[in-house]
Amino acid sequence: MPAFLNQLPIGLSIGAVLLLIALGLTFTFGQMGVINMAHGEFIMAGAYTAFLLGDLLAALPVAFLVAGVMGLVLERAAIRHFYRRPLDTLLLTWGVSLVLQQLARDLFGAPNVQVPAPSWLAGGVGILPYNRLFIMGLAVAGVVAVWVYLTRTKLGRRTQAVVQNRQLAATSGIDTGRVDMLTFFIGSGLAGVAGVALTLIGPVGPALGTYYIVDAFLVVVAGGLGQLRGAVLAAIALGLLNSYAEFWSDASLAKVIVFAVVIAFLQVRPQGLFVLRSRVLT
Amino acid sequence: MLSVTGLESGYGRARVLFGVSLEVEPGQLVCVMGRNGVGKTTLLNTVIGVLPATAGTVTFDGRDITRLKPHERVRLGMAYVPQGHQCFPTLSVLGNLLITVEAAKQPRAAIDAALEVFPALRPLLKRSAGHLSGGQQQQLAMARALVTKPRLLILDEPTEGIQPSIVLEIEAAIQRLHAAGLAVLLVEQYLDIALRLADRFVILDGGQVVRTGAAEELHGEEVRRLLAV
Ligand SMILES: Nc1ncnc2c1ncn2[C@@H]1O[C@H](COP(=O)(O)OP(=O)(O)OP(=O)(O)O)[C@@H](O)[C@H]1O
Ligand SMILES: [Mg+2]
Repeated sequence: MPAFLNQLPIGLSIGAVLLLIALGLTFTFGQMGVINMAHGEFIMAGAYTAFLLGDLLAALPVAFLVAGVMGLVLERAAIRHFYRRPLDTLLLTWGVSLVLQQLARDLFGAPNVQVPAPSWLAGGVGILPYNRLFIMGLAVAGVVAVWVYLTRTKLGRRTQAVVQNRQLAATSGIDTGRVDMLTFFIGSGLAGVAGVALTLIGPVGPALGTYYIVDAFLVVVAGGLGQLRGAVLAAIALGLLNSYAEFWSDASLAKVIVFAVVIAFLQVRPQGLFVLRSRVLT
Repeated sequence: MLSVTGLESGYGRARVLFGVSLEVEPGQLVCVMGRNGVGKTTLLNTVIGVLPATAGTVTFDGRDITRLKPHERVRLGMAYVPQGHQCFPTLSVLGNLLITVEAAKQPRAAIDAALEVFPALRPLLKRSAGHLSGGQQQQLAMARALVTKPRLLILDEPTEGIQPSIVLEIEAAIQRLHAAGLAVLLVEQYLDIALRLADRFVILDGGQVVRTGAAEELHGEEVRRLLAV
């Protein structure tokens, strides 16, 4: 029984990390039709930032900035020329992803490194270890921040407008290029924060991002493109599914189970959990 | 005020416009007509910059705007109401107006001015725009265009697929705005409405201008013949 319960915080914290990663992806995909495989390397960059700084709390904002700027540079230099061409962006960003992983290998070496967890995160309450709680708190803060940004700020409302109807947004006087840059910056920055979170539950290596990027894409597809609510529910569900599938079988079989469940779900709801509904679109 | 010269554009390799030229003088209402699929929407999309021009120029107040982004053209005083009463469905009616007024850097008072033109929107301000009827959405779309304080209003089939009572309101609103001095570039498929509103006609066929003239020069019969399938 306790072993079964112990999987709960593990599943929830994996879900929390997936959520932080998927938030960026769901908006770049929903808003710009970009499949950004290099998003995983922003996670890695965030994790190495925590490794270099050696201080968890300082690493959070710095990792956000580092990963955010990487995303911005990638968007301006390459991706913006391929908007609405998902397959081209997939190949392009996959290449970028491999280059960034090699760069990390050159800079930090191929072996994994360990980031020591701060002493104040040792221990826990009941079945909930503090480090896992901290990660969940981080995801909650991330979602609340994104929600406030989207619904309570001018720029966020513009972002929503671009997601809903890019041409209409442009002809309403919105500088869609700037909104795209900002979305990329914030989305990539959140991946950096996810990377910092991951240093609390495992070692850091050049391929860190590749372990999470596929699951994060599953969250995006299952949750519905550009949908905050959908991403939250799908991330929690996938995190729990992952950890319990692993608990009852083994790591590789768990992946198969997760894939099978998501594919079965998409057979029933191809549009994901939530979609944008309106008379204009129906 | 708006001058389009030798405009060509299309989608990928498919060219739709083959050298279209037209003028809109200040305060004038120019109506573009033509059969389905001749390129009317393509023309307006290229004029506002949603589609890039592959050849030709667009000038506004004597300034070459052919390479400007749509939002830059909006800030110069052009407003566009696309075909199909489009709005931001998850935002409220007021939200739709606010986002546009902010983006166009106009004062909030511009919303009140737009609601004077479309008073029917007032009781709906808190409603989600996605839940309005087509006619209400079209009025919202036009109000959204007005809050940018345009000097040229570009309308693509504002009466298409809209309940008859609201068609009358929309026609009256266009009439009033035009009478107040606003220049309008209008695409309209109903000949009777076009004949009542337009100062000039531009008739498109196969991506080219086949006839243009002042309303008096062009009799209903002739237009009807040019538009006949
Ligand atoms: N997004 C698009 N991609 C490719 N071709 C398009 C696209 N939109 C329109 N077309 C084609 O371009 C041509 C002109 O279309 P356009 O929409 O400009 O016509 P229209 O005169 O506005 O027609 P309608 O009266 O039906 O609104 C048509 O042959 C149409 O099939
Ligand atoms: Mg059209």
